Amino acid sequence: MNIVGHRKIYFAISILLFLASLVALILWGLKFSIDFTGGSLLEVEFLKERPSNQIITEWLADLNLGQVNIQPVEDKGVILRLKDIDENTHQGILEKLGRPDEIKEVSFESVGSLIGNELKRKTIWAIIIALIAIILYIAWAFRKVSKPVSSWQYGLMATVSLFHDVFITVGAFAVLGHFRGVEIDLPFIAALLTIVGFSVNNSIVVFDRARENLLKTRWDKFEEVINQSINQSLGRCINTSLTVLFTLLMIFFFGGQSIKYFALALIIGVVIGTFGAIFVAGSLVVAWQKFRQR
Amino acid sequence: MGIFTKSINDKKERFEKRGSRRNRWIVLAIILIAVLAGLLDYPVVWNKAADWLNQKTPLGLPHFFGRPFRLGLDLQGGTHLVYQADLSNIEAKDYNDSMQGVRDVIERRINIFGVTEPVVQVNKAGSNYRLIVELAGIKDIHQAIEMIGQTPALDFREERAASETETILADQKQIKEKFDQGLSVSEDEQRRLLEDPYFRPTALTGRFLKGAELSFDQSGYQTQVNLQFNDEGSKLFEDLTKNNVGKRLAIYLDGVPISAPQVQEAIAGGRAQITGNFSLQEAKDLVQRLNAGALPVPITLISQQTVGASLGQISLNQSLRAGLWGFLLVLIFMLIYYRLPGLMAGLALLVYIALLLAIFKLIPVTLTLAGIAGFILSIGMAVDANVLIFERLKEELRAGRPLSGGLEEGFRRAWPAIRDSNLTTIITCLILYFIATGLVKGFALTLGIGVLLSMFSAIIVTRAFLRGLAGGKLEGWRKVWGK
Repeated sequence: MNIVGHRKIYFAISILLFLASLVALILWGLKFSIDFTGGSLLEVEFLKERPSNQIITEWLADLNLGQVNIQPVEDKGVILRLKDIDENTHQGILEKLGRPDEIKEVSFESVGSLIGNELKRKTIWAIIIALIAIILYIAWAFRKVSKPVSSWQYGLMATVSLFHDVFITVGAFAVLGHFRGVEIDLPFIAALLTIVGFSVNNSIVVFDRARENLLKTRWDKFEEVINQSINQSLGRCINTSLTVLFTLLMIFFFGGQSIKYFALALIIGVVIGTFGAIFVAGSLVVAWQKFRQR
Repeated sequence: MGIFTKSINDKKERFEKRGSRRNRWIVLAIILIAVLAGLLDYPVVWNKAADWLNQKTPLGLPHFFGRPFRLGLDLQGGTHLVYQADLSNIEAKDYNDSMQGVRDVIERRINIFGVTEPVVQVNKAGSNYRLIVELAGIKDIHQAIEMIGQTPALDFREERAASETETILADQKQIKEKFDQGLSVSEDEQRRLLEDPYFRPTALTGRFLKGAELSFDQSGYQTQVNLQFNDEGSKLFEDLTKNNVGKRLAIYLDGVPISAPQVQEAIAGGRAQITGNFSLQEAKDLVQRLNAGALPVPITLISQQTVGASLGQISLNQSLRAGLWGFLLVLIFMLIYYRLPGLMAGLALLVYIALLLAIFKLIPVTLTLAGIAGFILSIGMAVDANVLIFERLKEELRAGRPLSGGLEEGFRRAWPAIRDSNLTTIITCLILYFIATGLVKGFALTLGIGVLLSMFSAIIVTRAFLRGLAGGKLEGWRKVWGK
C-alpha cells in the first residue's frame, strides 16, 4: 500500500476533520457539566421510603436537567446536584419527587465547580512539561537515525499527531454537545489523557519500525523506507486498536449511563488516533524532509 | 572430530535443558503469585472453602487476609462535611476569591492523605458562604476532619485612621443599644457589629503563604515564626509595608491578633516575622500547621452526614459486566488471530488482571468509576505488547526460522518498540502524578501501574509460557503457532 505516496489525500482528510472541529468549537463551544460550572444543590428528605437512584433519575427524566448527581444521605435523605435552575424548575422538581406529605425540602443552595484554580493551573503545566519530556525522550531514543531527518522531528511529529487526535475528539464532542446535549465532565478529561498516551504509543511503534529499517538501508530512499515501515506496522496498529475497541464498544453499549460518553470519547480518540498513526504521522516526517530539502 | 562435536552438542543440549528447566520454575512461580493475587482480590472463594473444610475436619484453617477495595465516592459514598466560613472581615467583592482560596487550601490538605479524589465545593446558601467536603471511605475520616479543623486562618490587617476607629466604635455602640432594647437588627448592622474597629483587613491572607519556619531572635531565647510568601504575596506585602510605614500591621491567626509590630520600612522579598509569646512547642505546632496550608478566613464545621454511592449498584454491575464481555471478546480475537500464542497471551492477561487488582488493593488506590473504566481499558492496552511480539514472531516464522529461534528473535526485535512506547507513557504518568492534583493524579497512578505491570506481563509472563511450550510436543504442530 502506498501510504506515503498518497499523503496529500490523507493530509486533506486530516485537515478537513481539523477544520470541522474548529468550526464546531467556535460555533457551538463545549457543553460543560456541573463538574466544571457548578450549579445548585437540592437536599430532600423522603418521609416514607426513599426511592433508589435509578427511580429518581426516571422521575426527573423529562425535565431535561442534564447531568443530575444523586447521593443518598443517611437513611431517608437525598442530595441532588444539578445545573442552575430557576424557581419554576425548582418547584417542578419537587413536584416530581413527591407530594408535600411525602417529601420535605431540607435545603436549596448553589455550589461551585469541582475544579479549583490550582488544579487547572497545575494540570496545564504538567501536560506541557510531559510533552516536552516526550519530545526529549524520543529525540534521544532515535538519535541514531538523525539523517535525513533530525531525531527531534520524530518527537515533534508525534506531538503534532497527538494534537490532531485530541483536537478532533474535542471537536466531535462540540458537535455532540450541540445536537445531543452531551456534556463534558471530569472523566472526559481522563479520557483525553488516555488518548494522548495512546496516540504517542502508536506514533512510536511506527517510528520504531522506521528506525530499524533506516539503520539497515541507505537513507537516501527515505520515502520508501518510511512507507515500508508503515506497512509493516499495519498489523500491530490495527490489532491493538481492535482489542481496545472491543472493550470500549462493550462498555459503550452495555455499560452504565455515566461512563457511556467516557467510552465514546475514547472510541473516537482511538479511531482517529489509529488513522493518524498510519496515514499521517509517517507521512508528516517525509513531508518535512522534502520541505527541508527544497 | 566426531567426539568434539558430540561433546559440544551435549553441552548445548544440557544448556538448553537447564534453560528450559529454569523456565519451568519461572512458570510455576508466576502461577503461584497469580493464584495468591487472585485470592487477595476475591478471598470469598478461599474463605468459603476454608469454612467448609473446617466443618468437616479439625484443621482450623484461617480466613484469607481480607482487605476491601478502596472505592471512590461515586461507588461507595462516604462522609459529607459542611464548613461555614467567617467572612465578616472581608469585603463583599473579595468573597468569591477568598472562598476559592479556602477551597484550594482544604483540597491540598486532604490530598496529603494520598489519592482519594475528594469532592471540595464552595457552597452558597443565602448569604452564607460554606465549603462542602466529601470524603470517600471511613477509615481516615476522623483524622481528616481533625486535620481540616487544624488549618489555621492567617491574615494581615492594617491600622485604621483614628477617625475611622471612632466612627466604627460609635456605630457599634448604637447597634448594641438597639439590640439591648429588643429591636430587630439588620444584616448590615450585624456585620458592622462584628467588624474590627482598630484594624482594617487587607488582601494579604494565608492563601499566599508559601511556607513557615522556626527561628530564634537575637537573644536566642525568644522563638519566632518566619513566614515566606509566594510571588503574589510578596508583592502585596511590599505594598502593604510601603503604605504603612510608621503604623502598625496586625497579624491575625484564627481571627485573633497575635502580633502587631510597627512597620519600619517597606519590606521586599516577602519574608515576615511573627514574634508572639510562643513557647517552643507552640511555635513548632504553628509552623507545622502553617506549612500544610493557611486559610484566608476561619471556618467551622457545621454539619457532618453520611452519604451513599451516587452511582447505584445497577450502574456499577452493568459496567463491570460490560467489561467482562469486552475481555472475553479480546481473548477470542487473540485466539483466532494468533492461535496458540494468543491462548498464552490470554492466560498472561488473566495473570495481569489478578496482579493489578491485588496491587490496587495493597497500595491502596481509590477506584472511582472512571478509574475502573481506565482499568478495563488498560486490559486492552496490555494486549499491545503481546501483539507487538506476535507480529514479529509471525514474520520470523514466515521467514523460515525454527520456533525457539523465532520466539527469541521476536522478543528481541519487539523490545525497542515496547520499551519506548511504554516508557513515554510512564514518563507522562510520573510527571502528571507529581505535578497535578485530584482526578488527574489518580488517573496517572492507575495508568502508570497498569502500564508497568503490562510490560512485565508481556515480557516475562507470556515469554515464560511460550518458552515452556517450545521444545515440547507442540513445537512441531506449526498450524497451532500460526503460519
